[in-house]
Amino acid sequence: MKIAVLMKRVPDTASVLKITPDNKSVDMANLKFVMSPYDEHAIEEALKIREAGKATEVIVFTVGPEGSQETIRTALAMGADRAVFVKEDPSRFNSKGIAEMLAAAVKTEGPELVFAGKQAVDDDASQVPERVAELLDLPHASIVTKFELNGRAATVEREIEGGSYTVEVPLPALFTMQKGINTPRYPTLPNIMKAKKKEIKEFSLADLGLDAAKLVSGLEVSGMSLPRANRLNKILDGDSTERVKKLLTILREEEKVL
Amino acid sequence: MDFIPSEEHAMIRRQVRQIAAGFDLDFWRDSDKHKRYPHEFFDAFAAAGWLGIAIPEAYGGSGLGIVEACILLQEICASGAGTSGAAPIHFSIFPPMPVVKHGTEEQKRAYLPKIADGTMKLGFSITEPDAGTDTTRITTRAIREGDHYIFNGKKIWSTNLQNADRTLILVRTTPYEEVERKTTGMSLFLMDLKSPGITIREIEKLGRHAVDSNELFMDNVKVPASDLIGEEGQGFYHLIAGLNPERLMVAAEAIGIGRAALDLAVKYANERIVFNRPIGKNQGIQFPLADAYSKLEVADLMVQKGAWLYDQGMPCGAEANMAKLRAGADAFEACDAALQTLGGMGYAKEYHVERLWREIRLYKIAPVSQEMCLNYIGEHVLKLPKSY
Ligand SMILES: Cc1cc2nc3c(=O)[nH]c(=O)nc-3n(C[C@H](O)[C@H](O)[C@H](O)COP(=O)(O)OP(=O)(O)OC[C@H]3O[C@@H](n4cnc5c(N)ncnc54)[C@H](O)[C@@H]3O)c2cc1C
Repeated sequence: MKIAVLMKRVPDTASVLKITPDNKSVDMANLKFVMSPYDEHAIEEALKIREAGKATEVIVFTVGPEGSQETIRTALAMGADRAVFVKEDPSRFNSKGIAEMLAAAVKTEGPELVFAGKQAVDDDASQVPERVAELLDLPHASIVTKFELNGRAATVEREIEGGSYTVEVPLPALFTMQKGINTPRYPTLPNIMKAKKKEIKEFSLADLGLDAAKLVSGLEVSGMSLPRANRLNKILDGDSTERVKKLLTILREEEKVL
Repeated sequence: MDFIPSEEHAMIRRQVRQIAAGFDLDFWRDSDKHKRYPHEFFDAFAAAGWLGIAIPEAYGGSGLGIVEACILLQEICASGAGTSGAAPIHFSIFPPMPVVKHGTEEQKRAYLPKIADGTMKLGFSITEPDAGTDTTRITTRAIREGDHYIFNGKKIWSTNLQNADRTLILVRTTPYEEVERKTTGMSLFLMDLKSPGITIREIEKLGRHAVDSNELFMDNVKVPASDLIGEEGQGFYHLIAGLNPERLMVAAEAIGIGRAALDLAVKYANERIVFNRPIGKNQGIQFPLADAYSKLEVADLMVQKGAWLYDQGMPCGAEANMAKLRAGADAFEACDAALQTLGGMGYAKEYHVERLWREIRLYKIAPVSQEMCLNYIGEHVLKLPKSY
C-alpha cells in the first residue's frame, strides 16, 4: 500500500514578510522557506504507518518553483521514500489549479491513502486537499487528530469546536492532519545522507496532460495588507489586583479581544 | 567558483538550528550558573546522529568532512549555546580523528561506534603545567611493562573529563633528553579514565562553567598496550595531523558565538530608547556592530576555504591558522561591541551577552594562542626567520 503526502513549501514562519509594491502578493525575494508545519504531521503519520508494516511506501507530492528541492529533501530526510515534484510556480495559480496538478500527479501512483496538512500556513486557504479528493473522487476527512487503520477502512477522530467526533472512512481516501496527532521527527544526520540518494521525479504541466490556461480560476487577489500594530500607550495604576481587573475590562469591553 | 551552499549543507544548517533551538538562552545561563553539564543537549544531538558526522560510515558515522563539522559547530554556537554547547559535541568529533586515521581495526570497532552514538564521551589531554605552547616539553612518562604501560605525570586543562569515559592523551614513551628529534618519543593513548591511580580535579575558571576543565594526575596508572593509538614514538605527528581541523572548527565556533552576540545587540539597539531614539540610530552604536559583522563574514570565508582544502586532502596550515587568528580576534570584538551596546545590561547575567563575552575570550588562548598563529604565519607563510 502506498501513501501519498501532499506537501507545500511556505515562507519560514519566523520571517518578516514584505508586500510587493502593487499590494497583491508577498515579496518572495530573500525569504527562507520551510515545510508547512501541518504537512510535517502528515508525513510523520505516514511514516508511522509504514514503520508499523502497514504501508510499503511514502511518496511526497509538491507543486513549487525551482528551489523547492531543498524542502523536498527535508521530507525525504524525515524518511519518505521518494518524491514527485511538479515544477511550476504556484503563485501563478490558486487552489483550483494547484489541486488539479496534484490530483493528476497523485493519479500516476494510485495510492490507497492521501495525507496532507489541514491547511498551509502561508495562504491558509484550506482548499487544496479537499479539492484533490473531489477530483480523484475520494472520500475525505479533515482536521484529523487521531488516525487508525483497520483493514480496508480508517477510523479517525476529527476536531470540532469544543469536542471531537469519530468517523470511519473506506479506503482509498484522503485525510488532512491537525497538530497534536503526533510529534514530527527531526531528520537525523544518517537520514539526511540517505535522502541524497532518493528519487525526485519531476513533472511539467505538459507531462501531466494539463494546460495552464485551463487551470486558472475566476478568483483574483485584489489587495493584501499586513496587520497593523497600534500602541495604546496606557499605563494602568493601582495595586496588582486592580491593574489586572482594569486590564481585563479593557481587553473584554474596549478591545473585544477576549 | 561557487558560493551557493549545497542542498545538503543548507539542510545540515537548518536541522542543527532546529535541534539547538530547543535549548534557549535561559537554559545556557542556568547551566553556566549552576555548573550543570548540558547532558540533554548532548543527548539530543547524539540521538539525531550528529556526533558521528566525521566518523566513517563503516563505524557508525556519516563519513562527512570538516566543512560539515564546521557548519554543525557554528550553528550550535550561533544559537546562543556558545562553547558550553559546542564543547561537548566538539569532543566527540576532534579526539577520535587520530583513531580514525591511525587506529587498528579492533580499536576502530571498539570505540568509533560508541563515540558516534554518544555512549562513549572523550577528553583530550595534551597540555601540562610546564608544557603548553611548547608541546615537546611534556614530561608525563609511560614505561612499557609487558602488555601494558605505567603512566606517571600530570596534565592540566583537560576538558570534559568529569563526564568522559576515556581521554586521548599524549605522553613521553622516550624522555626529551634521550631523543634526537624533540618531536619524537611521544605517543598517543586512548586512556580509560576509570583506571586506578587517576585523580581528576576541576579548575575554577572565567567562563564556560557548564563544561569542566581539569587537572589530571596519574600515579602508576596501568594502561593496556592495546590502547596505544598509532605508532609508539610518533604520537606528536599523529596529533598534528588533527590540529588544523581543530583550529578550523574552533574558528567556526567563534564566528557562531560572535553572530549570536551581534543578534542580541541588534535586537537591543532597535528597542532601547535613550534620548528619545533607539540607540541603534547612533552611528557610534551601529558602526562597531557593522564592522564586527563584516569581519566575521570575512573570517568565515577563510574557515570555509581551509575546511574545503582539508577535505580535499590539500595542505591547509596557512588557512587554518589565519582562520583561527581572525575568528578569535573578530569574534571577541563582536562580543565586546555587543556588550558595549547593551550598556549596563551588557554586564547583567539576564541579558546573556556577558556569558558569550566570557566564553569567547578563551578562543584567543586555546586550543592555540593568537601569538602562535602569528608565529606560524610569520615563519611558514611569510618565510621570516623562526622567532623563538
Ligand atoms: C578553558 C580551557 C580549556 C582547555 N582545554 C584543553 C584541553 O581539553 N586539552 C588540552 O590539552 N589543553 C587544553 N587547554 C590548554 C590550552 O591549549 C593552553 O592553555 C594553550 O595552548 C596555551 O598554553 P599555556 O596555557 O601553557 O600558555 P603558555 O605556553 O605558558 O604561554 C603563555 C603566553 O605566552 C605566549 N607565548 C609563548 N611562547 C611564545 C612565543 N614563542 N611567541 C609569542 N608568544 C608566546 C602564548 O601565546 C601565551 O599567550 C585549555 C585551556 C583553557 C584555558
